[in-house]
Amino acid sequence: MTMDAQQKTSKFKWGEMDEDDDLDFLLPPKQVIGPDANGLKTVIEYKFNDQGKKVKITTKSRVRKLASARLNKRAMERRSWPRFGDAANEDAGSNLTMVSTEEIVLERPRAPGTKAEESNGDSLSQLSKPGAVLMVCRTCHKKGDHWTSKCPYKDLAAPVDVFVDKPPTGEPSAVSAAPGPGKASYVPPSMRPGADRSAAGSDMRRRNDENSVRVTNLSEDTREPDLMELFHPFGAVTRVYVAIDQKTGVSRGFGFVNFVSREDAQRAINKLNGYGYDNLILRVEWATPRPTQ
Amino acid sequence: MRPILMKGHERPLTFLRYNRDGDMLFSCAKDHIPTLWYADNGERHGTYRGHNGAVWCCDVSRDSSRLITGSADQTAKLWDVKTETQLFSFKFSSPARSVDFSVGDKLAVITTDPFMERTSAIHVKRIAEDPQDQDGDSVLVLENPEGRKRINRAVWGPLNQTIVSGGEDAVLRIWDAETGKLLKETDKEVGHKQTITSLCKSADDSHFLTGVPVNAVSMSPLLDHVVIGGGQDASAVTTTDHRAGNFEAKFYDKILQEEIGGVKGHFGPINALAFNPDGRSFSSGGEDGYVRLHHFDSDYFNIKI
Repeated sequence: MTMDAQQKTSKFKWGEMDEDDDLDFLLPPKQVIGPDANGLKTVIEYKFNDQGKKVKITTKSRVRKLASARLNKRAMERRSWPRFGDAANEDAGSNLTMVSTEEIVLERPRAPGTKAEESNGDSLSQLSKPGAVLMVCRTCHKKGDHWTSKCPYKDLAAPVDVFVDKPPTGEPSAVSAAPGPGKASYVPPSMRPGADRSAAGSDMRRRNDENSVRVTNLSEDTREPDLMELFHPFGAVTRVYVAIDQKTGVSRGFGFVNFVSREDAQRAINKLNGYGYDNLILRVEWATPRPTQ
Repeated sequence: MRPILMKGHERPLTFLRYNRDGDMLFSCAKDHIPTLWYADNGERHGTYRGHNGAVWCCDVSRDSSRLITGSADQTAKLWDVKTETQLFSFKFSSPARSVDFSVGDKLAVITTDPFMERTSAIHVKRIAEDPQDQDGDSVLVLENPEGRKRINRAVWGPLNQTIVSGGEDAVLRIWDAETGKLLKETDKEVGHKQTITSLCKSADDSHFLTGVPVNAVSMSPLLDHVVIGGGQDASAVTTTDHRAGNFEAKFYDKILQEEIGGVKGHFGPINALAFNPDGRSFSSGGEDGYVRLHHFDSDYFNIKI
């Protein structure tokens, strides 16, 4: 302010001025209004621009209280202490303290709410993981209740010793007599009788990929719960994912849904491909090209 | 939350300390100048010039009038918080590693590093009410039984009856503060296996938290949360991807031992952590020379695990 006025006086020479010339080159004082109830603070300043014209600069800023500072008496008194050391003669431009431009969140190791499932025991948490299979107990053939190893009827059922390793997808050829454990040479599990020769482990994974359905042409507002709502009538869904742009936070317009069973996924594709959703026509297809078999 | 970044130090941070009322934050760094900040908006209020070496640790008296700092220049200095006046300088023959005022601020415990032929030691000094009467005599000197191993931190136990120390020998020891007798030490079999780098008291002095091998630990006075940071040597940083972690302050539940979450932001390992005594904010100091002051969002207080 004072700087501006001085500059002005150097341009206008006092001696050259007429008596009746009013002092309009002197700038009106700076006005500070607020902060009001909404925390809006208005600062009105007057300046001369490069052409020597007077400009009014109105700066509106929102004053946000960073912390509900409940200072006690002693703390209030300490507030009035003069600055000392390097802080006393630090120039205003040295921005030692800045508020981060980046919003930092407390990153949870897992999404809130997933905990409830996990506390039910590790078997259920395995189900929610990708690569999970439908839980069928091979001892009592009960579905979705417990894993074979945790079967409460395990002691009652007939011993099935060698077939414990057998994946649930194995064909019923398990009846073929297994060699006794007394056999000397080592037989890898994949070569043992009863083992699914068509690579049991990867089969499980591939099957899960197969049951993955890609949904494209989603509207920006679509979120995972919406997709869940849309797809769960077709069968058990293990995973719903909507691609979100990291920077903007809006949906990128596509997502994936994993079904437990392939039939459910196929039905969902048949039904929802071309389905109008949020003014857009959905495209629903298998996420990976179906392997030719 | 939007953290407040305080760039007052030119070298890595070593220690952070709030005063009892939680309105001031003291930071120590390897750049010799302990600094006082306002704990709510992060403005720098003052600096304490006088040390001639890295400042390792500090403590502030209960009434926020005195500050004690321990430095690698083989001194521990007593300051007037308000005016930057140096009231006294305790001279040692090896670097002072940690300082801690007793309850009532009548005593201070200062630990010194092993240096040349000297072993690590714990010194108890009397703090005079009037700085004129202050002398440098030790009330009690405790030598570390594990001679050459450094004591990293010593703090007062409840009611000043004991001193708890931990260091490079990975043994936590409890000493009698009157007689200097070793009362208890942790078993090497069941106790820590690595250097105890940090030691933190709970708000009511009832229990302690030790950091192994992390750089900094702090306990929330409000919730059953602890925050830990670091765990990586500064020399290994250049070979580490920042996504590999260890640059974040990790929150754990004290009772359930479960991870609550992580707060990222530093460009180097975290060397110092402190919770505000009101438990609503915490600050972290990193190898990058920044102090980051975080005021928790309201949802932090409703976190369920």
